[in-house]
Amino acid sequence: MALKVSMKVNGKPASAELEERTLLVTFIREHLRLTGTHVGCDTAQCGACTVLMNGKAIKSCSIVAMQAEGAEILTIEGVAKPDGTLHPMQAAFKENHGLQCGFCTPGMVMNALDFAKSHPEPTEQEVRESLEGNLCRCTGYHNIVKSIMAGARAMAGK
Amino acid sequence: MHAFHYHRPASLKDALSLGSQKTEGRYLAGGQSLVQAMKLRLSSPTDLIDLNALGDLKTLKAESGSVTIGAMVRHAEVAGSSGVKKTIPALAALAGMIGDRQVRHMGTIGGSIANNDPAADYPAAVLGLGATITTNKRKIEADKFFRGLYETALEPGELITSVSFPAPKRAAYMKFKNPASRFAIVGVFVADFGGNVRVGVTGAGPSAFRQTEMEKALSAKFAPESVANIKVKSDGLNNDLHASPEYRAHLITVMTKRAVEAALK
Repeated sequence: MALKVSMKVNGKPASAELEERTLLVTFIREHLRLTGTHVGCDTAQCGACTVLMNGKAIKSCSIVAMQAEGAEILTIEGVAKPDGTLHPMQAAFKENHGLQCGFCTPGMVMNALDFAKSHPEPTEQEVRESLEGNLCRCTGYHNIVKSIMAGARAMAGK
Repeated sequence: MHAFHYHRPASLKDALSLGSQKTEGRYLAGGQSLVQAMKLRLSSPTDLIDLNALGDLKTLKAESGSVTIGAMVRHAEVAGSSGVKKTIPALAALAGMIGDRQVRHMGTIGGSIANNDPAADYPAAVLGLGATITTNKRKIEADKFFRGLYETALEPGELITSVSFPAPKRAAYMKFKNPASRFAIVGVFVADFGGNVRVGVTGAGPSAFRQTEMEKALSAKFAPESVANIKVKSDGLNNDLHASPEYRAHLITVMTKRAVEAALK
């Protein structure tokens, strides 16, 4: 019971014969070896597995890889420039100490990238609401919220 | 997760034909409840019939008197639709309160209603607005659709294609949510159709229901004080670690009152 699935991951074509029950996050981590996307709770609560599918933040532990057939997936590995220059949102997390252990950070950054596209100058309240689906067990969110507010402004060139 | 066969039909006809052949199969909409249930082995379908390629199920029409939402329209689209915001703002607001933004990007109205989770948000609006559910076979009135815990009027293989909501004069949804899961501990959708008021309640019982005593009081006078002194009986309401039946009964009155206040603003 294996089926072929093809998608684009970080701009490159990726396809494989997969067992149909393979989750998207399993394909990303174990087949493509892109281990920046994390599995935290595995029950759709923590958001550590957040990736962009066709530009929208989704939880990659909550869909099977087959559901991403033909889609464009962006993971944390595809966010910085090839020369290593950080994306403005990543730079904002660094600048504002928006992480401690870093486990939730890839999911936070991916969700923030999508959120910032529609919220170039978000309020603190809007940012906190946008993080309903992302859990952090270290920082109490204060610096994460600061980072996203700064990153969104930087992305909008403000 | 147990193994299953995956299908991605390209047409509604093919989807329905698979749906009738695979008697232990399930239609897959956004998968935000189903995939998690399968991971926990609470659900073990032999086949998943993915509806994602069916463009016909992805249309959203907002006219002056009603909103018709295709079964595969995502919560985020309903929440962000200028047409829905204009015609039934309370419905757009409800869609924007479901789960979190990642879930709203995948989850669909058809999936939510067919699943009939006791704490899902959409069933409150379907009952509160008296929506009509259209399937491949027939039209089903909201009042005849929800049958009990995860149970609906859908027959094996039957597929929701769209849901139509009539536009009320005013409406609001108030949700007392579980802060961790964002599911409703109690959610109340109140809609005033000009003297005819409907109250849909979710989260409180095994399946969403209408609160007819409050409907009568609000139909006579659409004001928060009309319901403030109504004591809801706790018999048959849900009891779990989040809230007792008595607490939920109390919340129904509080949330209805707040919904009326919000609708009047």
